Amino acid sequence: MSIPLVHVGPEPIDVMALQAAVRSDADGAVLLFTGLVRNHNEGRAVHHLEYQAYDAMAERELAAIVEEARSRWQVGRVGIHHRTGRLGIGDPSVAIAVASPHRAEAYEVSRYLIEELKRRVPVWKREGYADGSTEWVRGCLHEAAHDHG
Amino acid sequence: MKVEVLLFASYRDRAGVDSLALEVEDGATAGAVVDRVRENLGGGEALPPRVAIAVNERHASPGTILHDGDIVALIPPVSGG
Repeated sequence: MSIPLVHVGPEPIDVMALQAAVRSDADGAVLLFTGLVRNHNEGRAVHHLEYQAYDAMAERELAAIVEEARSRWQVGRVGIHHRTGRLGIGDPSVAIAVASPHRAEAYEVSRYLIEELKRRVPVWKREGYADGSTEWVRGCLHEAAHDHG
Repeated sequence: MKVEVLLFASYRDRAGVDSLALEVEDGATAGAVVDRVRENLGGGEALPPRVAIAVNERHASPGTILHDGDIVALIPPVSGG
């Protein structure tokens, strides 16, 4: 397959291509999770989002999370793309595709990937509001010393 | 020795720069670099008491010893996905 399985970048996410990229003939399931930009957060109407990433480290962390998942659960290929830059309502910000012989493991891995991404991958989201103001979303403080090594 | 410091999100906005080169003494720690940013850069006083740090794209701790050419990133609380 020509598309990278792990990618962080400004291009719109091709979720169908990611799904196709992970599938193999040994897989009975391909599970796709797509995270979208929604129009509200904590009671405020959101106009758009902007994502900023430490691209190289984010890809490294995502690849590490994929390897952790594959060592815990028997699954096939896993793909994860996170988009950066300005996104509008309804745009996919992240897509996770998990191919697996059996569906149970696919659900576990898909969940693990999104939860770990949100906990520790160096990506930041800024909300844009109708009045033109913006605000960085309060994030998750990663306990680096605890997880280091 | 020289290290490069990377800033992101709110840290970047307050400092007004996304990166800077720092001259530090041999054997300096990542924590010492954070202290320099805290003391000298715009918004430094607003940095939290514990700042997550990465050195050369890997999570590090304040005690991590630096080497010439290292890239030290100050990582605000993350909000991806």
